[in-house]
Amino acid sequence: MSTDPAVPTTNPSLQSNSPIRLISNFLYRHSCLATGLLLLLPLLWLVVIYLGSLGTMLIQSFYTYNRYTGQIIEEFSLDAYKEAFTDPDLSPPNKDVIKRTVRMAAAVTIAAAILAFPLAYYMARYAGPKMKGALYLGVMLPLWSSYLVRVYAWKLILAKDGVMTWFLEKLGLMPVLEWLLDIEGIGGNSLSTSYIGVFLVFLYVWMPYMVLPINAALERVPKSLTEASSDLGARPWYTFLRVILPLSFPGVVAGSIFTFSLTLGDYIIPSVIGTSSYFLGALVFTQRGTVGNWPLAAVLTLVPVVIMMVYLSVAKRLGAFDAL
Amino acid sequence: MTVSDPRQVAIRFTDVARHFGNVKAVDHVSLDIYDGEFFSLLGPSGSGKTTCLRMIAGFESPSSGSIQLYGEEVSKMPPYERDVNTVFQDYALFPHMSVQKNIAYGLMVKRVPRKERERRVSEILDMVQLTTLGKRKPSQLSGGQRQRVALARALVNHPRVLLLDEPLGALDLKLRQQMQIELKAIQQRVGITFIYVTHDQEEALTMSDRLAVFNHGKIEQVGTPAEVYERPATSFVASFVGVSNFVESDQAFKITGESKSFTLRPEKIRLTTPDSSTPADCYGLNGTIRDVIYLGMYTRYLVDTEAGIDLTVVVQNLESTSSDVFAARKRPVKILWQKAHNRVVEE
Repeated sequence: MSTDPAVPTTNPSLQSNSPIRLISNFLYRHSCLATGLLLLLPLLWLVVIYLGSLGTMLIQSFYTYNRYTGQIIEEFSLDAYKEAFTDPDLSPPNKDVIKRTVRMAAAVTIAAAILAFPLAYYMARYAGPKMKGALYLGVMLPLWSSYLVRVYAWKLILAKDGVMTWFLEKLGLMPVLEWLLDIEGIGGNSLSTSYIGVFLVFLYVWMPYMVLPINAALERVPKSLTEASSDLGARPWYTFLRVILPLSFPGVVAGSIFTFSLTLGDYIIPSVIGTSSYFLGALVFTQRGTVGNWPLAAVLTLVPVVIMMVYLSVAKRLGAFDAL
Repeated sequence: MTVSDPRQVAIRFTDVARHFGNVKAVDHVSLDIYDGEFFSLLGPSGSGKTTCLRMIAGFESPSSGSIQLYGEEVSKMPPYERDVNTVFQDYALFPHMSVQKNIAYGLMVKRVPRKERERRVSEILDMVQLTTLGKRKPSQLSGGQRQRVALARALVNHPRVLLLDEPLGALDLKLRQQMQIELKAIQQRVGITFIYVTHDQEEALTMSDRLAVFNHGKIEQVGTPAEVYERPATSFVASFVGVSNFVESDQAFKITGESKSFTLRPEKIRLTTPDSSTPADCYGLNGTIRDVIYLGMYTRYLVDTEAGIDLTVVVQNLESTSSDVFAARKRPVKILWQKAHNRVVEE
């Protein structure tokens, strides 16, 4: 024991009964209360604001919109559902919009997975620490700049006399571009006014959301597993199909949940790029904003929610979450 | 291979080096491992033993030198074309496959027909005593069971050489000792060359037919366990394999009259009373017991000798109790050992 008064033998805070000490000790003994306090704000946010607004929307979908007075009648009915799926007067028919949106989301998701996998694989397996850092930065950098600016930039890139056309001309690929734009259904006057253009911009904008989860999944596959596979006589392709792909598939599914649901809900890209034909998000925006038909907008918003729920349950069946 | 040695060489390292940047992980190693041997690569971590194993498996290729597998040059051959299999330190079982699928993997790759595949898998499951666990996933097994699956997955392919990378490292002492005996029995039954990497000298001594002691990327000594233990070639081997007293040349001069450093195993030294005489074939030193470490089965004494060196002496607790041995502290003693037990080593 030291007799020097400058060096106290015990922590002075243990001798006082300061309120901080009392609270700390109380919370230490009652760890349930401590975790409860920790979760209070996030739970408030999730339950009240997030689930609350979803619930409100669900309720609104059962209201009726009076087309002539523009008033919303707050009584239970299925009118909005009938209108959404069967009304033949609507132009364009909602069913077509849903089909178009789902097809676009699927195409974007598949293309993103195919493009993202090799990059994510390279980052996880071969890139050195510096290269890896540069690639992470490169993948995430677009997320730091304004989404709108990027979309309008793409409009210029894809315009009839834009950079893309110029570039393809230099490469002598104009016939390919013309052939693509001539394809019925996805072509158009120029890239920026075709579904191909919409697809390209979606692909660009959502790519980071595919690369990062796949990369995270691949990082978790121990290198010794690929070694074990080749040790047992498997060539690299066999190892990829039997070991790497199954173990990183949860990452692909996680990424596809992002790209698929973000494409389903986006209304800006199809309104800036493309043929000005409706996608689901734009349709909701119009019904909610311009028309004021809240019940119909609510029903149309529930469509992607239902689609995603089906999607997730299929993914679960496929065992995509087994390795989580 | 020398002409007089009739044994077939399974693995031959000729002047093999492996550099990682400036680090010489393996520094010009030459080594012959014979067919059917249980051969251990023993050394501390970073001594190059694992790199050597990985070069045999094909996960690393040598920076220079040649590696032959049954006479065939393999140093540039990919792992999937080599007739060797590995039991990994972390077992590396495929987590998405059942035990059976894990074991059948190598046979699937080689397109062995289903009937034969199933027969061989169930046979090997019997051999490693996991008959009933074939349907489980690796995550549902204990460490010891996973270790057996890893062994079965490698052995089912009947490789010419089996490589084991510290396979028992993660198991507890009892299980490890049991597996040591079992591994040795399995090796003798299947007759495959086993190359076993370990940092545990006791394990290497228990199991090996021969072993190579690695240090700083080089081989310090190759020999049978008895040779390596009883006639360590270098002071490193003497200190790494078992426990040794190391006496440097100038102090050695005071004892032997020659300035050659030597090592001396602590169990070879006898403790007697200070007035006892020194037999002609023995060295004797007077001293004081400085410290006593009671270890249950035996006691380790640290003796300050008149020659100015500390020697460790190990005595089995044949009749003495713990209170007896602790009472020995500070007591003057004489230590005696046979001259033949001095091992002159390079420094």
